[in-house]
Parts: sequence; C-alpha cells; structure tokens
Amino acid sequence: MATTADQFQAHTEDHGHHDADHKPAFFARWFMSTNHKDIGTLYLIFAICAGIIGGFISGIMRMELAAPGIQYLGYWVSLMGGEASFDANLHMWNVLITAHGLIMVFFMVMPAMIGGFGNWFVPLMIGAPDMAFPRMNNISFWLTVAGFSSLMFSTFVPGGTGLGAGIGWTAYAPLSTTGSTGPAVDFAIFSLHLAGAASIMGAINFITTIFNMRAPGMTLHKMPLFVWSVLVTAFLLLLALPVLAAAITMLLTDRNFGTTFFDPAGGGDPVLYQHLFWFFGHPEVYIMILPGFGMVSQIVATFSKKPVFGYLGMAYAMVAIGVVGFVVWAHHMYTTGLDVNTKMYFTAATMVIAVPTGVKIFSWIATMWGGSLEFKSPLVWAMGFIFLFTVGGVTGVVLANGGVDDVLHDTYYVVAHFHYVLSMGAVFSLFAGFYYWFPKMSGKMHSEFLSHLHFWVFFVGVNIIFFPQHFLGMDGMPRRIPDYPEAFSYWNNVSSYGYYIMAASMGIFFVNIAYAFIAGKKAGDNPWGEGATTLEWTLSSPPPYHQFETLPVIEDHHDYHDHRPATD
Amino acid sequence: MNFGTLPKRALTMVTTLAAVATLAFAPQAVLAQDVAADVTAPLPPVAAAPVLDPAPAADAAVIAAPAEGAYKPLGTDMIKGQPVDKGITFQEQYTEDGAFALWMHDAILLPVITVISLFVLGLLLWVVVKFNRRSNKVASKTTHNTFIEVVWTVIPVLILVVIAVPSITLLARQYESPPADAVTIKATGYQWYWGYTYPDNGGFEIVSNMLTKEDAIANGEPALLAVDNRMVVPANTPIRLQTTAADVIHAFAVPSLWFKLDAVPGRLNERLLTIKEPGIYYGQCSELCGARHGYMPIAVEALPRAEWEAWVREQGGIVAGDAVEETAAPAAAEETAPQATVS
Repeated sequence: MATTADQFQAHTEDHGHHDADHKPAFFARWFMSTNHKDIGTLYLIFAICAGIIGGFISGIMRMELAAPGIQYLGYWVSLMGGEASFDANLHMWNVLITAHGLIMVFFMVMPAMIGGFGNWFVPLMIGAPDMAFPRMNNISFWLTVAGFSSLMFSTFVPGGTGLGAGIGWTAYAPLSTTGSTGPAVDFAIFSLHLAGAASIMGAINFITTIFNMRAPGMTLHKMPLFVWSVLVTAFLLLLALPVLAAAITMLLTDRNFGTTFFDPAGGGDPVLYQHLFWFFGHPEVYIMILPGFGMVSQIVATFSKKPVFGYLGMAYAMVAIGVVGFVVWAHHMYTTGLDVNTKMYFTAATMVIAVPTGVKIFSWIATMWGGSLEFKSPLVWAMGFIFLFTVGGVTGVVLANGGVDDVLHDTYYVVAHFHYVLSMGAVFSLFAGFYYWFPKMSGKMHSEFLSHLHFWVFFVGVNIIFFPQHFLGMDGMPRRIPDYPEAFSYWNNVSSYGYYIMAASMGIFFVNIAYAFIAGKKAGDNPWGEGATTLEWTLSSPPPYHQFETLPVIEDHHDYHDHRPATD
Repeated sequence: MNFGTLPKRALTMVTTLAAVATLAFAPQAVLAQDVAADVTAPLPPVAAAPVLDPAPAADAAVIAAPAEGAYKPLGTDMIKGQPVDKGITFQEQYTEDGAFALWMHDAILLPVITVISLFVLGLLLWVVVKFNRRSNKVASKTTHNTFIEVVWTVIPVLILVVIAVPSITLLARQYESPPADAVTIKATGYQWYWGYTYPDNGGFEIVSNMLTKEDAIANGEPALLAVDNRMVVPANTPIRLQTTAADVIHAFAVPSLWFKLDAVPGRLNERLLTIKEPGIYYGQCSELCGARHGYMPIAVEALPRAEWEAWVREQGGIVAGDAVEETAAPAAAEETAPQATVS
C-alpha cells in the first residue's frame, strides 16, 4: 500500500497537474481520507451498518416482548457463546437494551447527522473547499469505528451475571461499578471515550470551518439553516461531551482504581453520577435532533419554492434550544429525591423549551403556506417529521411536570416519548435528508415510488410500534424489563407487529438504494428545481473531488433565505 | 459495597449504636434473615433512629401481651391497584395527590396535547390540499409576518402558564411534610427483592420476594406482581415512606398510588403517602438494577388501622401504647454491624 500512499502524496504536491476530479487509489482514498465528502460517505455507510445492527437488536427485543415470559433470550445467550441460565438470560436482556441505546445514539444518529450530512454539506453550503482540519476529520471517523468495535467486543466478555455490559445506556452507578464485575463494562465505557473524543474533534472542526471558511459575502446571517444547526450542535458537543468523559472516567476509576466518587461507603454519591450524566445527556438529545431541524428547514423551503419563513427566528430558536438545553438536565431525575424547589425549577425550565420548538414547527408550516408544494420524497419525509416530532414534543410537555412524572418516570410512556422524537423525529429527518441529498452525493436518482412506499410503510410501522407504548406506560409498565404481567400483553403484542412492518419498510429502503445504483437515472446538478437555492446545487452531481478552488462570491444584495437587503 | 473502606470512626459509631440497640430491641424474626448490612450505616442517626429518639427508647421492648385479633391477609377481592388488561390510561388512583394528578392529566394535559397535535396535523393537511403545485402554481415570497410570529410565541407561553399552575400546586402537595404521628416505614431495595422495615414499631424487617408464576396464579393474584410477604400498611393514616438501597439503585413505584421514589444506596429518600382505603396495590421496581430487575415487584397491603396494629404485633413489633418490658437482645447487634459479604 506504500505505493498508493506515495501516489497520494504526489497528488497533493503536484496539484497543478491534475484536474479537480483526480481521486487517489482505493486504499488511500477510503482509509487515509482527508476529503470531507469521502469522510462523509464513510460516516453514512458506517451509520447504516450500525443502524442495521441496532435495529436488529430491537427486533430481538420486540420478539421477546411479544408475549409474557422469557422465550428467546436463552437462544441468544448460546449464540453469543455464553451459557444459558436464568440469570444469564435476563442479563442478555440488559445487554440488548444497553447496546441498542448506545448504538443508536452514538453510532447511528450522531455519525449520520453530523459526521455524514454535516461533513458532506457544511463545506458545500458555505462555499468552502473542505473542512478546516482534514486530517483531524479522518481520525474523528476512525475513532468512531474503534469505539464501535470496543462496544461490540464488550458483548463477548463477562459483565457480571452474564456476558456483556448490562447497565443501560445511562450506565448509572453503582450498577455500572460495584454492580457489574468483569471487563465488559470497562470496554463499553472505553467505547464511549473513543466516540466522545471523535465527536469533540468533529465539533472543533465544524466550528473552525464555519467561522473561518465561509465564502466571501456569506455572513453568519446568510448561512443556510442546516449550517446554523450544525454550528449550534457543534457547540453543544464541545460543552457537553467533556462532562460525559469526566463522568465515565470516574466510573472507570471507581471500578478499577479504588476511588469512591459514586460509592457512599467512601463518601461518594450515586446521584452525582446522574447529575453529570444528564448534564451531558440532555444536550445530547438536542445534538441528535438539531441537525434534523436544519435538514427539514432546507427541504421544506426547497419543495415549497419559497425561502424559509422567519429565517432569523429559526436560527435563534436553535440557539435558544441549545442554551436552555443545558439547564434542564434534572428533569431526567425527578424521582431521585430532589427537593421541591429544585423540581419546581426544572419543571418550569423544561417547559420553556416548548416555546422555541413551537416557533420552529409553526415556521415550517408557514414556509409551506402559500408555497407551490411538490411532494417529492424528501418533503414527504420532512412533513412526517413535523407531525411526529410534534406528537413526541407534546408528550415531553406532559413529562416535564415533575409531579406527573412521578408516575410516568421509567415507564414505557417515556420510551414512547423519546422514540417519537428520535426514532421518528431524528430518523425521519435522516431519511428526508438522505433522499434530498442522495442524488447529489451519488449522481443517481432514487425511485420516487419506492421512496414514497418506504415512507408510508415506515410511518405505519413505527406508529404501531410506539403509539401503544404510551398506553403501556400510563398503565404502569416499567422500562427495561424482559417479562411483564399478563395485563400488558395485548399492547406489547401489537407493538411487536409494528416492528415487522417497520423492518419490511427498511427492505424497501435498501432495494431503493440498489435500484438507484443499478438502474437509477443520472442526476443533474439540481434535480429539485428552482426552490433549491443553496450552493451545493450549483455543483455537478456528484460534486468534483475538490470543489470551489475559486471561491464563490455571495452577492451583497442577495440573501439566500431572506429577501430583504442584508443588514450586516 | 466495600465496607472495608469505611472510616474507622464510622465503624466505632455504628458499633456503639448497635450496642445501644442491643438494650432496646427484642430479638426479632428479621434477624434471622440473611440480608446484607444496612447500607445506611454511614448515616448512623437514620439507621438507629428509634434508639436515639428518647420516647421509643424508654418503652421499646418486647410486647407483653399477645396481639388481640389475628391478622388475615387481604383476599384477592381486595386487589385494587394493578394494571388493567388492554388498558389505555392510568390506573385508578387511591391517594388524594394521585387523584389530583390524574385530574390534571385528564382535564388539562391530555386535552391540550391532543388539540395541539391535531391542530398541527390539520395545518399540514390544509397545506397539502391548498398549496400543492397544482392548486397554487406560483409560490408567494412572504418570509415575514411579525404579528403572527409574536402570536405563535405568546400563545404557547400562555398555554404553558396554564399548565404550570396546577403542576406547581401538585409538586407542593406531594412534598408536604409528614405529621409527627405518621407511621414510618423504610423500604430497602436489594438485588432482587424488597425489605420493609418498621422503625416506629420495633424495627422489624419484612422481606418480600416475588411469587413464582404458578404460586401467584394459584393464589388468584397477578403473576410477576404477587409477593410472599406484602408491605402491610395502615390505610387512611399518613405514612412516612422512606426508601434506600443496599447494593445498586432501585425504585419503589406503585402506579395506583401515584408514587415513585428511587431507592439509592447511601441516601434516605422520604415522602408522605396516605392511602385512602384498604386494598392491595401492586407496583414494580422502576430503576434498572441488574439481571432480575423485572422480578422484584412491590405489593402494598393497606389495612384498617386496628387490623394493621394486630399485624404489627404478630410480627413481634409494637404499636404506640403497648405495655412493654425490658429484655436484652444480643442478636440485635448483628443487624447494624457491617458485613463485608456484598461486593
């Protein structure tokens, strides 16, 4: 491989002799990449692979939950190389919920949104040739892969009552310290360290790129909203992830080096861990949804053939959500024994977030209002997002009430709520973004028919999975249990059928991708027409390997989203 | 829990308190239980609260007279709080706060969120019908309307204020302090069962394990919710319910009482609970606590005060006003002495 690396070297030194579309050979291109588009592609492929694994795990869980009793866990224990026993089977359940949560959060949604679409389109949208730190971009990606490997490895080593880390994605002490012997939890924690380091470097890269590499004339207030959303997200990552890193490092030292940060026997406090975790964890949920907000804004404007309504309000609503998102963390901890004033504060602060979120929902609708809507697949997914995110958002308002949460906390109502905002909110925006930008990234058109079919089947499937879970939660079914009293069986059974529908829709998705590559029509520079006004549509599909060698100039009087004369 | 790392002073203090307890407590069934040492040991005043309180210390001892009227466990006809088959809403509530919270959900939250969701859905459908490419060929270029932007900021704020008022009221009610004569019961989470201690009534502990599916069904009780020994409490009496845990975090939760409080090692959480009527109320551990997290249910049996007192006496406990005589109880020392068996 040395030769290819040398060729790659030669390429950069000898730039003038090659056209902009010259690409390095396979290994150098995909394993030593410093190209934002290639790294974005790698992130997207990685996220899809992780999503398949995470989604497969949810299938195992829904199969097990389809009826009361323990049916399949022993089989999976044996398959993973463990010895099936009563406790080992139950431990398997905890490993599944832990892996599902961690994979979907850290290795599916985040890499897809920020690593994938962020890398691909932030430089294109601001008229930059690449990211500010291309090599750091590369290590961000490979650390994410290493983190995922560490998490996968953890499932094959002892973690207490069975193989793997069965601590929940929240990893609450003392279950994750004295409660889980064996190396599995250490590997899971290490996995988060790696993924966290990758994300922090990615965040630094985005902030630097967006602040310093905008094309002439592209002021902050002219940036496309997707770039705004990634900028806000990058700040959240930069401020929140170090806190997670600290908390899980304390877990490691509690586990291995005799410290007692979270052990009351040595003067520590298990609830301290929860404060640290959720100080990260709440901004994390906005990290997972803000880029989705950005994508939906682009898509809604494009297919309405209208600029985004209330551009500044949209941008600063995201900033407000980011800021307020840092001061509401204890609403995840209402039952830990907070005092009444603390609970009142967190109840009020949490409800405040509904206001900027409402501004965004109504602004999207106002963008469509008066538009000339073309119901291409990205718009259909974006509209699905708007409705389902609203449903997930209003149950969040219910949960925000500390006194009401006393009965809903840690029940399936919470599971339903966060799957409505993530599995439907974030994932719908991911599919919207995927169908929006797939022609640009691949140069091929996907099938509109299959994309619409995918939407409707997925829409029906996820709603059947998650809507009944509100009922289960209100009726009192706790989260994270593999077996349940008979009374919960009906809605659990319904929910499991929804999974099979959803899984079928994913089949359609993959057929659609295969169709596009095999028989898809060639995509033009701008397949979406006059509404698509951002800079990526001025380039070829796929864009040249290096773009904007001559920087585009954004004219003073033309504002991408705002047809008033620019004020700054 | 590694008790080897306990500071020596705390150990001495605990031992001293244990010695005091020896004088005050009678031998009780609980001591035979092979349970881990009380994790609240680092908080000695809590662990030995009845001892430090001069009043119970003076008359705390074995019961002189046998209890009048034997206790009979409530039958299955008294099961009130349990999940409803195919249920789509909350369980019926048997506390005042629960009834208030349920009202707040049903009368305010649910209508508000339903209307908002349907409103957004309606707007989306309207947009689909009215502003599609065929119906509206030329898109407008409107991107600002200050009035409407103010409206959709202010109206949500007003809605939130309407929600916040009962919400804050509910919180204030839930945090009312228990009166001085409240019955104290301490629920301790263990992997994977519950222990219920009655510090005001002699400090005995009831260990509560889940019944197997077969036993539960044979009893006519719901599987996975039925237990061998219920947490027996007086109805219509303020209960100072405290929660703690011996190993990892558990959560004491009973949906039909609108009650959920984490049981955290090294902490003692406390909340007032008043159950309106006698009955059996089921709940489940609600914080992931390891392999058998799904198999440590909670069953609360609320009895009329007199029957509850009879039950207490049957457990070898005392109720306020019982005649007492002093007895030494050497075994009591073991209860508070730290053990190093749990890791």
